[in-house]
Parts: sequence; C-alpha cells; structure tokens
Amino acid sequence: MALPIYASTGERIWYYTFRVICACIFIFLITPILIIIPLSFNVQPYFTFTEGMLKLDPEAYSLRWYADIFRNGMAAPDAVEGWWADMWQNAQWVRAMKNSFFIGFFATLLATGFGTLAAIGLSRSEMPYKGLIMSILISPMIVPLVITAAGMFYFYSQVGLSQTKMGIILAHAALGTPFVIITVTATLVGFDKSLVRASASLGANPVRTFWKVQMPLILPGVISGGLFAFITSFDEVVAVLFLASPEDRTIPRQMWSGIREQISPTILAVATILVIISIGLLTMVELLRRRSERLRGLTPG
Amino acid sequence: MSDVSPTGPMLAADGTPLKKKLAQALFLSRVRAFGLVAPLLLFILASFIVPIMTLLWQGVHNNTYEKYMPQSTAVLAEWDAVSAPTEEMYAALVADLVTARETRDIGKVATRVNREKSGTRSLFTSSARSAAKMETPFREALIDKDEDWADIEVWQAMKIASLSLTPAFYAAAVDYTYNADGSFEPAEENRQIYVFLFLKTFAVSLAVTVCCFLLGYPVAYLLSTLPMRTSNLLMILVLLPFWTSLLVRTTAWIAMLQSQGVLNDIFVTIGLTSDDQRFSLIYNMTGTIIAMTHILLPFMILPLYSVMRGISPSYVRAAKSLGATNWTAFWRVYFPATIPGIGAGALLVFILSIGYYITPALVGGQDGQLISNFIADHMQKTLNWSLAAALGGLLLASVLILYWIYDKIVGIDNMKLG
Repeated sequence: MALPIYASTGERIWYYTFRVICACIFIFLITPILIIIPLSFNVQPYFTFTEGMLKLDPEAYSLRWYADIFRNGMAAPDAVEGWWADMWQNAQWVRAMKNSFFIGFFATLLATGFGTLAAIGLSRSEMPYKGLIMSILISPMIVPLVITAAGMFYFYSQVGLSQTKMGIILAHAALGTPFVIITVTATLVGFDKSLVRASASLGANPVRTFWKVQMPLILPGVISGGLFAFITSFDEVVAVLFLASPEDRTIPRQMWSGIREQISPTILAVATILVIISIGLLTMVELLRRRSERLRGLTPG
Repeated sequence: MSDVSPTGPMLAADGTPLKKKLAQALFLSRVRAFGLVAPLLLFILASFIVPIMTLLWQGVHNNTYEKYMPQSTAVLAEWDAVSAPTEEMYAALVADLVTARETRDIGKVATRVNREKSGTRSLFTSSARSAAKMETPFREALIDKDEDWADIEVWQAMKIASLSLTPAFYAAAVDYTYNADGSFEPAEENRQIYVFLFLKTFAVSLAVTVCCFLLGYPVAYLLSTLPMRTSNLLMILVLLPFWTSLLVRTTAWIAMLQSQGVLNDIFVTIGLTSDDQRFSLIYNMTGTIIAMTHILLPFMILPLYSVMRGISPSYVRAAKSLGATNWTAFWRVYFPATIPGIGAGALLVFILSIGYYITPALVGGQDGQLISNFIADHMQKTLNWSLAAALGGLLLASVLILYWIYDKIVGIDNMKLG
C-alpha cells in the first residue's frame, strides 16, 4: 500500500498518522512481554526499573532471581554435596516444571491421538451428523474454563480422579483436542483424495495407505496440532487449581500462587524462560505451516 | 438409474440387487467414518460433557437434607407450611437428629438449612448433641432446648431444604428467594448481587470486544495491505503474545500498571502526575479491561486478517475511479466486505471474555471480579456447589447461545488458528 505520487497532503498526513497508530498498537501488544525480560535481572526485589538499571550500571543487574528458581524450596541450598539431587528433588519450581512436562506430554499424546483420528473421520464426506459432532468436539474450547474445571472437580472427586495427575491429564487432553481437530482438519482440506485411491489400486490396504501416504502429508498439521495441545496444557491453570494436589502443582499454578501470595521477581525470571519457550514453539509451528503448504503445492505465505 | 429393467432389478456380481449393494457400501463407509470419530467422542463425553452435566444437575437437585434426614423429609412433605408444626413432626425431627449426629452428617444438614435461613446452623448442631436424651413430648423438649424451634420460619426453611428437586438455586442466581409455599419473591435489596454481576460481566465483555475491535481493525488492515514478507514479520508481533503464557502476560501487566510500575514511573518522569498521586491502573476495572484486551486482541486480529487478505484491492480502486472519496470507498465498499471477519472476531472475543477467570482474579481487585470468579468462590470457599452450578448453568446457557450464533454465521469448521 505504498503512497502514490499523486497523493494529496491530506492523504499523506493520514498515511503517516495511520502508520503511527498501528505502531502504537504493536507497541501495546509486545511491550509487556519484552519489559519483563530486563526486569527479571533486577538486583532489587521490585517489579520496576531502578535508577542503576536505567544508567546501565552492571551492579544493578544480577542473576539472583534465576538462581532462586533452583534454590527456592531446597533443603540446603548452600551445601556443596548432594546439591543436584537436592535441587532435583526439592526445589519447588523444578518440581513444578517436572509436573508440567509430565502432564503436558501425556495430555498431548491423548489429545493428538484421538484428535487426529477424529479429524480424519470428520473430513470424510460420508460422515453422519458432522455438524453436531463437530460442535460437541470443539466445545471444550468455548465453554468457560471455570465451568469445565468445576464440573470436573465435582465429578472426578466422585470417581476418585481428583487430586491425581491422571485427572489433570484427562482434563488437559479434553481441553487440547479442539486445537488438534482444527489444525488437522485444516491440513486435510487440501488433501488430494486420489492419492488414497492410487495407493489402493497399487495393492496397499487401508492401514498401509494411512501410514505411507496420508500420514506423511498431514504430519505437519498433526505436529502443530500437538504443539497447540501441549501449550494449552502447559499454560492451563484453572483445571489445575481445582484438581491438583499440592504435589502436582504445575508451573502456571506455581506462578498463580506466586502472584497472589509472595510477589517476587522470581516470577519474572520464570516468565522470561517461558517467553523463550513460546518463541521456540511459535517458530516451530510457523516452519511446519510452511512445510505443510509446500507439501500440498500451495505457495507458502 | 432405473430400479427395474426389462429383465428385473440390476444385479451385482454376487446376485444381490445393485441398489441394495450400494446402500450397504454407503452404510459401511459411514460406519467406518463414525468409527474414527467415536473414540474421541466417547472420551469427550466421559471426561468433559458428563462432568459438566453432573454439576449442572446439582443446580436443580440437592438431596443433602433428604439423604440425612429421611423421616422428617417424609412428614415435611405432607405439611402445608402454614399451620403450626405437629408433635409428629417434632418426633421425626428428633429421630433424624439422633441418626445424623451418629453418622456425623449433621454439619452438612445444618449448612443446607442455614442457606435457606441464616442463623440456624448452631440451632441444629447444638440440638443434635442433646437429641439422644430427649423424651416425649418432643415438641416441648426441643423448644425447651432452644425456643427457635417454635418459629415457623425455621420449619419453612427445613421444608424448602427437604425438597431435593428445587428451583431455589436458580431463583437465588437471579436474586429471587423461593418460599415454602412455592412462590418467588425478590431477595432483600442488600443481597441482590447476581443480576448486577451478570450485567457487569456482559458490560466488561462488550467493552473488551469494542477495544479489541478498535485496536485490531487498523492492525489487520495494515497487515493485509503490506507485502507478504513484511506482514509476516509484523505478524510475529501478533502471534508471540498469542503463544505466550496467560500468566506471563498477566504478570507483565502487573509490572506495567502497578502504582510503582513502569507506566506510572514514566508518567511521573514526564510530569503527567506527581509522585504521590500515581494513577491506580490495576486491581480495579481498568486493569481488568486493559489486560483482557491485550490477551484477547490476537483472537480479533487473526480472523479479520484472513478476511481482509481475501478482499481484492481492485474493489476500492473501482469505487474511487467512479468518483468515491476515500472515506466513501472505505465505508461503502471495503468495510461491508470485512463484516464477516468482524463478526467472527467479535463473537470469539465476546465468548471468551464472558467466561474469563484468571485475569480478573489476579488483576481485578475488588470491583473487577466477574461471574466466573463468584462461581469459583462458591465452589472452593463457601462450598455452595448448588448455587455455583446454577450460576454456571446461566453462564453456560449464554455462552452456548453465542456459540450457536457463531456456528450459524461463521461455521465452526472455518475457525482458524495462526
């Protein structure tokens, strides 16, 4: 939308004003995320820039909050012997991280497995009651989390699943499936059905066709659906608040109590690490999307 | 294809009519497609739908009283709720109090009746302690223990509690009280909070949706008109917040907005306000709206962007060549074409924001609390699960109506991520 040569003064002014407005909105979007990175190196226990930090005084910066991630909760943070074992066993954030990855992994596995199968079924033209079933399967994304979590808390405690990791895994798998269905269905829209017929005509049975022909083509969609499911579980806190025992706290749950109870820049240090993880995941999803579009013969956009 | 040819119905190789064979094949392929979906459908039903249904059932069905006080439930059912309680009712009550005390369930019963008439909790627990020693006539024995037992309102509260299937909780969720004679009346003025809360939740969601639209529209427009390479780069600025943890973003807003935070420091430095009069931007409604707008903005930008990408620039050029001013070309030609995107984005943002819980709970302070926060409180703190279920039922109903509209005008299979 370059400005044409014949543009009037008014148009020129509007053109630049518009760009400035957009720049402000982009700043609004990104600043909060970027601002926590320098703040997490603050030597003071505040959420604000000290004078020393503004003068770029090296004394005003430190890694103490990053050290605190490991030390918080340890039996003897200054002991030399057995430091690693102590940290791995006792540090609160490390335990939360282990829980997050454990729950996230199994929830993703469940969501991706069921979700991919269902998406393949749903994209077949002969699927009965497609609209109704689709809206049921997408509903975990739409129903307010508090209702979902309260319902699961109420029901799971009757069947003995609350306060267990299993309960959280089931909850997170249910919350992650809509994302898998949406991404895999989107990949299947461009899928050329004659490939399946070609494979069958060459003597492959449906299972072999699925693994050798269909799966490699939809794999990028499946992986990015899986990443969405993982980030959903990794980021989810309401179900954890209702269902988790103190041992099963995840990273967001730990951040939640950090914000509510003892606000310390350790949270900012953890947040910085999480931002870096999100950047990694975002890059992966973007690369997968391009690969998928290339595989399907579309120009990557 | 005609059903009957001169030589009879058309036959397949094995002799069955072709039409039947085709129907069989179609049926099989439908079964196969459904078989692929079935595992997930069962999983979602078992882990998601059934739990929500069981919770919602609690909103109209609470059998605490009936379960632990069976004898008095039976006599209360026959009582007309107006005449004075009979000796038979007192006898049944004492018998129930004794068993409930033995099974240690009296606390649950007392809490249940207390919800219908506050101040009755200790009446039950203390009378149950001495109930085992009581002798006939039970009426005098109970009134002797506590004269509140002569109060007919206590008995009316018990009658309401004894009805397991009850509209009382839904009535409470819309600020009405349910009386023992089956009538409804508005709750006391200082206890009418939920209707206001629902309205507040809708108002906040509307405000967030409007903010998202105002901020999202220009950005989506810019992104859709820039060359692909630049717009992809700028898109990262939209997608990164989308992928960043909700709690990280909420924490970031606390760091930005609190009174000793970054924004207030800037305001003081540039002289917008003095050091002792910093703006209170967080732990109130302002903070909730700012943080929610930031969190939900990508949900507005992404559908708008994908619609705007599909609008050919020649439409606007054609309008201008026919003499339209810039504004007319935008308002009469471009804007109407973007309405599907606005609808999709606005509905999604609105649906997500009326159920929002985390951000209001963390940055909302006292007056930024929304309906979800009250549901969570009733689930976890006051343990009034039936009221939580009733409030949740109303919230869910409004979300499902919006979801249905979304499905009608956008179609859930058109939902896109990133």
